[in-house]
Formats: sequence, structure tokens, C-alpha cells
Amino acid sequence: MRRGPTLRRRIAAGAAALAVLALLAACRGASDQSALEAAGPQAGRVERLWWFSFWTATAVYVLTVAALAWAAWRARRREREGGAQPLEDDRGMTRGVVAGVAATLAVLVVFFFYDLAVGSALSGPPTRAPLTIEVTGHQWWWEVTYADTSPHGRFTTANEIHVPVGQPVLLRLASRDVIHSIWVPNLAGKKDLTPGYTQTIWFQADTPGVYRGQCAEFCGHQHAKMGLLVIAEPPAQFAAWAKHSQQPAPEPGDSVTRRGQEVFLTGSCALCHAIEGTRAQSRAGPSLTGIGSRRTLGAGTLPNTRGNLAGWIVDPQRIKPGTHMPPNALAPADLDALLTYLESLK
Amino acid sequence: MTTSVLTTAPLPPDHARDAEEVAQLERTWRARRGLWGWLTTVDHKSIAIRYVATCMVFFLLAGANAALMRLQLARPENTFIGPDRYNQLFTVHGTGMMFLFAVPVMTAMALYLVPLMVGTRDLAYPRLNAFGYWVFLIGGVFLFVSLYLNMGPDTGWFSYVPLAGPEYAPGKRVDVWAQVVTFTEIAALVAAVEIIATVLKLRAPGMSLNRIPLYVWSVLVIAFMILFAMPTVAIASTLMLAMDRLVATHFFNRAEGGDPLLWQHLFWFFGHPEVYIMFIPGLGFVSAIIETFTGRRIFGYPVMVLSLFVTGFVAFGLWVHHMFAGPLPQLGQSFFTAASVFITIPTGTQIFCWIATIWSGRPRYTTAMLFALGFIVVFVIGGVTGVMLASVPFDLQVHDSYFVVAHFHYVILGGVVFPLFGAFYFWFPKMAGRMLSERLGKWHFWLLFIGTNVTFFPMHLLGLDGMPRRVYTYLPERGWGELNLLATVGSWFIAASVVVFLVNVLKSARGGAVAGANPWGAPSLEWATTSPPPSWNFTHTPVVESRSPLWEAGPAMPVATGLRTDRREFLVTTALDAIPDSRHEVPDESIWPLIMALAIGVTFIGAVFTPWAYVAGFTLASVAFGGWAFPRWSKAPPPPGRLDSSSPAREGA
Repeated sequence: MRRGPTLRRRIAAGAAALAVLALLAACRGASDQSALEAAGPQAGRVERLWWFSFWTATAVYVLTVAALAWAAWRARRREREGGAQPLEDDRGMTRGVVAGVAATLAVLVVFFFYDLAVGSALSGPPTRAPLTIEVTGHQWWWEVTYADTSPHGRFTTANEIHVPVGQPVLLRLASRDVIHSIWVPNLAGKKDLTPGYTQTIWFQADTPGVYRGQCAEFCGHQHAKMGLLVIAEPPAQFAAWAKHSQQPAPEPGDSVTRRGQEVFLTGSCALCHAIEGTRAQSRAGPSLTGIGSRRTLGAGTLPNTRGNLAGWIVDPQRIKPGTHMPPNALAPADLDALLTYLESLK
Repeated sequence: MTTSVLTTAPLPPDHARDAEEVAQLERTWRARRGLWGWLTTVDHKSIAIRYVATCMVFFLLAGANAALMRLQLARPENTFIGPDRYNQLFTVHGTGMMFLFAVPVMTAMALYLVPLMVGTRDLAYPRLNAFGYWVFLIGGVFLFVSLYLNMGPDTGWFSYVPLAGPEYAPGKRVDVWAQVVTFTEIAALVAAVEIIATVLKLRAPGMSLNRIPLYVWSVLVIAFMILFAMPTVAIASTLMLAMDRLVATHFFNRAEGGDPLLWQHLFWFFGHPEVYIMFIPGLGFVSAIIETFTGRRIFGYPVMVLSLFVTGFVAFGLWVHHMFAGPLPQLGQSFFTAASVFITIPTGTQIFCWIATIWSGRPRYTTAMLFALGFIVVFVIGGVTGVMLASVPFDLQVHDSYFVVAHFHYVILGGVVFPLFGAFYFWFPKMAGRMLSERLGKWHFWLLFIGTNVTFFPMHLLGLDGMPRRVYTYLPERGWGELNLLATVGSWFIAASVVVFLVNVLKSARGGAVAGANPWGAPSLEWATTSPPPSWNFTHTPVVESRSPLWEAGPAMPVATGLRTDRREFLVTTALDAIPDSRHEVPDESIWPLIMALAIGVTFIGAVFTPWAYVAGFTLASVAFGGWAFPRWSKAPPPPGRLDSSSPAREGA
């Protein structure tokens, strides 16, 4: 007969399990893309629901496994005490099973109604007039249009959503090609961008900051590198940004930027990209109005530095294999001028 | 000719007559030899063993995909595998595991076990069984060959349109996927029909509904589920998606009045029941193992059976929880939340009944029993996260993230792989006549147990911290590197456990201890015959007088005689009470099932390239059908009509 695990071994095993959990908790990812670091009321409600579920589930799990261990231990002890036959205590066992099922049912009913309450709180319309932004999914970037009621107020940018802190933001979601899904976990759950349908989702950022999101529905080659940033700013700062963004791009001020603009307009760039205030008006790729002040390139893939921009223009396939942007073999002087021009588009 | 009228009285031992009968059965049921015999066999046991082995090969191949994916994800911005290859790897991993391993290995085990457990000589439609295997084999080989030729499907195992439609997935990769699905659905439907007919009509006399082993109930439930679930995906993929791609129909094209959501509904109406189709037989395995190794009947048999049925029904009411992020009305979603939450109850009930069984029994901790207990410990983690995912708001946070990857791997490893390995340790002695090594078995169990937890537990946290599924890489500043590395290390434990298992099988198949008829002291009928069973399964049809016949009746088990021994026959009984009804001739070996499967293979593989393949395939299939259905001239005159089971037992001449 093998010996069962002693108490000491059990304590050691329990301590090891706790140590593993602590280690896991220490290995957490960055906090700017996490459902556990809510920065607004929508994500906050879900985070509370999660912690409730987590502790309930942990209790249920521990109790179930403990019941199993206890049952095994009891059976062994009875056997040691000379119980040769299996026990036929149908009434006791019926009571035990019924109690277990009733407890499970009770936990589930509580969870179900708590969940419905959270669901109905989240699905209602925003309490105050929201800022409406149209987000259109493309393989593999996000088109972002601020849908102001006046035509002058409408402007389009890409892969970055600036929002004012403390005001509800309503995203109107559509897709140009396949199904995508927008997910900025610090602010809200996800919603699909399904071609042929328009869905809405709203959130509110209570803390200023930069929150990262990523496409959550598999959408082809570069699903992995289809990120976006939500930049939550104090209202005054946001208003200034919006006002600035409604302006067309500044005219080139010196010969190098003029040369850069010429490269842009006469080369292949203008076939896909738009820059407001110029002849380039194509919507196939992200609008580059204001590219100089964006934080990232390639839909949240690279920090926006001159070197990265150069690398991206010359060989985007190396950075994002399969992206729809072709490589561009430019003469060094042309590339340099183009970079200077694009960086001037603040 | 021996006895021709049924008797259900215990036979006095008569060794001379028995030996003569066995000799005659051997002549009648003898398998043909050589390659031709291998291609034409209709014996459910040899087909099922082949089927299980094939599924395990696909399990290894799809598992190798997973190991490669884990290597790629071990560190951020890894360049080991690019997106094009990675997308093929995860699509074929999912498609292979779901369509070529988890479901078919469960039906394959059933094709072996059900006739033995209900005490009959073969499956109801032995040739159909052979056909189903060949179709499955062609489909599975097609998928993996396509992957290795760099034309593996790459739009996910769910192939959402429009990504999988003609515009965004040019080339043949998605067509391969659509046709592989067709092959596996045909095979699954065929198996379901065989199982239903066998369980309802071929049970041993006396095995009334309330005496059917729980495992047999579980496969009966999934057989019915297959009948209702599989046609939707077969029609959606073979007809609608393939036609959208091949002949430019517009079923899923919004611009022409189609709808991409229609695909999601059709796919998940199959896809969610599918989860339960592979998991419910696992419950059956666990019941069989716990019953044997606690030495007492499973507590609460009627509740256990009802739980299986309730799970089977409610499983059809969950599919929308895969689509919560899509354009669907909120009110409708809450019904699916309710179903997804409360489907826990029947499974929870079964777990409590097993715990009660262990509490009141005399547990023996064999490897099979460890896997059954490991099932509870691992599966319940997937169960509680499953309840969380039923919540719309929480699901919208973690849907399509690594949290979901963690959840369903706990469910599938816990609910399918652990019970399956337990079943292998439990029934291998029956199949091979030799015991698997318990020492290697325990290594296998602990490596798998550790590997499963180390690989998949960290993924919960990755998902909550924003890591989406189906990404070939991630940026270093996300901070997901450490946990991903941990998961990769865990995957090596799983790989090691599978290697230990393979070594165990290869060593034990030749050198394991000889098993004998009933090495575990188990109660059900498959243990009443030799290990491995003869090709006619039972020399005398056993007569069942209780739910655990081998425990109550022991060696004095009554048998029914009266089946002819000079031709292949099985006994047909009534559906409810298993009263002997008639004798039925079992078809013998035939090459036509293979030819029919080849005709189907030509049709669907050809249809990847040209619609004319349907014309060619229809012609070929007609020929094969003609050959299959061609009248046979029996060696002996047809038997007399129905048996009168109420007539007093007589000994015939």
C-alpha cells in the first residue's frame, strides 16, 4: 500500500501553488492595454464583475476539488478501518448531491442577475451628449472620422482617436473589407466592425492617458499589427487639437519640404494617401494629414521617428509582411525631402 | 447447423459443443488475409482501431503545429515563422483538432466499444462503417498534404466570410478547408447512424433502457446531436461557401443581398454543439472508469442519464455566445446567456454524483482513474471560466483574446483529452490483449497535468492584459513576453507526455502483461469476452439481468443461443426492453465502400479546382453504388421470419 501525501507535503504543495500564482501576477503585461486597469465607467463595471466572478469561481473550484479530495480520503479511511464493501448510503449521498446542485444553482442565479444588471447598465445610451466618431476598419488600419454636424468640422485621421476626458464618446463602426473588432480594454469591451452593418459602442475616459487597442477579430495577414491608440486629453487640449486638425495641411515653407511635397504628389504615395489641402485625396490608405504629430506608424506598430518612417516607406513588407503598401525605391535625396515634408505635417 | 431457436436459459457447460461452435464461427467470421483483406474488412473492431490510430496521427500532426506556434510566440517580434505560415498553422491546428481528432476519435472509440458493450456481434451497418473510415482518411490526408504543400487553409477553423470569401481569400486554401469539412461531416453522420441503430436495435436480450451503460448513453446522445448539428456546417461550407467561391453565388455577399452573419449563425449552430459532441463521450468514459475503480455502481444513474440528455438539448441553445460582439439585438443575447450559464447544472450534477461514488466506493488509483480524477481537476477550471464567458459584458472584454484560448483548452484537454487517455489505459487491454505499463502511465499523467496547467493557465492573464488570439507576433512593449515563454515551456511538457504515451503503447503492445478477459474487474459486457475479442465478439449472446451484469451474474451469466454459426448473423431486439425480435444477416467483406469513398474523394477534391468534378464524381459514385447494392446470392437459404420471443425456450437440432 502506498502512503498518502503527508500534511507537510500538502502544505509544501499549497505554498508552491501560491508562489506560482504570485509569480504569475508579477509577470503582468503593460497596463495601457488591460481589462484590469479600467480608466472609465464602462470598463470599470466589467472589471468589478470580473473580480466578483473571479472570487466566486475560485471558491467554487476550491470547494469542488476539496470535496473530491475529502471523498477520496474518506473512502481510503473506511477501507483501512476494514470496510470491505462499498457503502450504500443512498440517502446521505442524495442529500450531498442535492446540496451541491442547489448551491451551484444559487451561485449561478446570483451571477446571472448581476450580469444582466451590468449588461443593461452598459447597453443604455450615453447619459450626456456624446462626441461621435466614425471608425472604419481596413486591412490593417483604422480610419477615424470626427463626425461633427457642420461640414467644416468633419475631419479624418487614422489609427489614433483623440477624446476629451469626462465626456462620453460614441463610436460608429463600419468596415470597408472584412470583419474587424475594436477593443481598447482599459475603456470598454469589444465590438465587431462587420461589412454591411453599422454598430455603435460608447465609452468614457475618466483619466487622461494613452490607451492602446488592437483588432480582436482575425482579419488576415496583419491582424497582429492592427493597433490603435486612444488619447484621452483634458477638454481644452482636445478642443485645440480638434480645431488644429480641421485645418488643411500647412503649405511647404522651404525648398526641401516643397521638394518633398512634389515627391509625394508625383510619386506613388498620392495613389493611396490623402493630405488635406493638396491634390492627394485618395482614401485607399490612411490619411496623412497630421502624420507628423502621430505617435506611431503602421497602425500602432512602430514609434513615429524619422528613421522608422524612412524604413516604413522604403520597405513596409519587412516590418509588416503582407501589408497592402508596396515598397518604394526612392533616391536618397527624394526620400530625405519626403521625410522632411511628412514630418512637417503636424 | 446448430441451434436455430432462441433460448435464454443458462446453458450447462458443454465443452465439446462449445469447441465445435467456436470452430464453425471461426470459419464463418474469418477475416481475409493480406492487403485485400485489409482493404475490404468490415469488422468494427479492426476499422475502429484503425480509426483511432488515424485520429491520433492527426492529433500528433495538429499538435506539432501547436508546438511550432508556441515557439514562434515564445518571445516578442520573433521571426521564426511569418504571418502567412503562422495563419496556416493555427487554422490547420484548429481544424485538425476539431474535425480530425476530438470528434472522430470519440466516434471511433464508440465504434469499437458500443457493439461490445451492448453485447452484439458487429455494428448495425458494417459496410457503411468501412465507408465512413475511408472518407475520413481521405479528408484528413487532404488537409495535411495541403498544409505541407503551402496551400493549407489560413482563415481560421471558423472561416468567417468575407475573409474566407472569394474576394479576400483568392487561391485554393479556403476551398481545401470547405471540402475537408465535408469529408469529416460525412464520416461523422455515417458513424452517428450506425451508433443509433446499434444502440437502439442490437442490444443484448434483457438490456432494457435502464440497464444501458452510461458510456453507451453518452454516445447515443452525441449521435443524435451529430444528426442535428453537422448538416448545418456541411451545407454552409460545401454548398454555400464553396459555391460562393467556385461559381460566384452570393450567399454571404452583403452587396448582392447575401449576409456574412448568416455564415456565423450556421457555423456556430454546428460549432457550439460540436464542443459538447466531443465532451459528452468524455463524461461517459469517466463514468465507466470511476464505476470500475470504485467497485460500485455510479451513484444516481437516472440523473446521470438525464443530465446527458439535458446537456445535449441545451447545447443547441448556446451558439450566439460566440457572436456577442456582432450586430445582434441585446434582448436575444440574454437568452443565450441564460442557456450558457445554466448548462453548467447537468455537468455539475454529474461531478457531484462521481464524488459521491468515490466517497462511498473503494477507489483504486490506477492510471485510468488518475486521468478520470485529473479530468475533474482540470475541466472544472474551464467550466467556471465558461460561466464567466456567458456574461455578455465580460465576454466582450475577453472574447477573441487569450483568455478564451485558455478557457477552451482547459475544457478540451480536461473534458476530452484526459478522459480519452484514461479510456486508452482502461480499454487498451481489451483492444490489444495486453496491459499498458502503469509506471509509464503515471509519468504520462503527471507530465500532461503539469504541462496543461503551465501552458494554459498564464493565458488567462495574457487575455485580460489585452493579448488577442490568432496573432503571429506581438510587440515587446506589450509585456506579454514572460508569460508567453512560460506557456511555451509548458507545451514541451505536453509534448513529452505524448511521447511517453507513444512509447508505452509501442512497448506494451508487444511486451505488456497479458490481460485476460477482465483485468480490472469491470462490470460491463465488453469484459465478458476474450481480450482481444474474436471477430464475432461473443460466442454466445449474453443475456443481461442488471445494470452491471458482470458483477451480479459473474461466470454464471446466462446466454442466448440460436444465432446461426454458418453465416454471419446478429440478434435484433426491441428498442425499449431489448426483447429478442429477429435475426439479421451481417454483410461480409466488400471493396465497394472503399471505391465509394474514392468516388467521393474525387468529387470533393476535384471540386476545389472545377465544378465539373461533381459530374465526374456523380458518375463514379453511381457505379460504386451499383456495385455496393448489387444483389448477393447467399450461400444458405434465407432464415425463417421473425422470432417469437414469447415461445418457450427449446433446444433446436
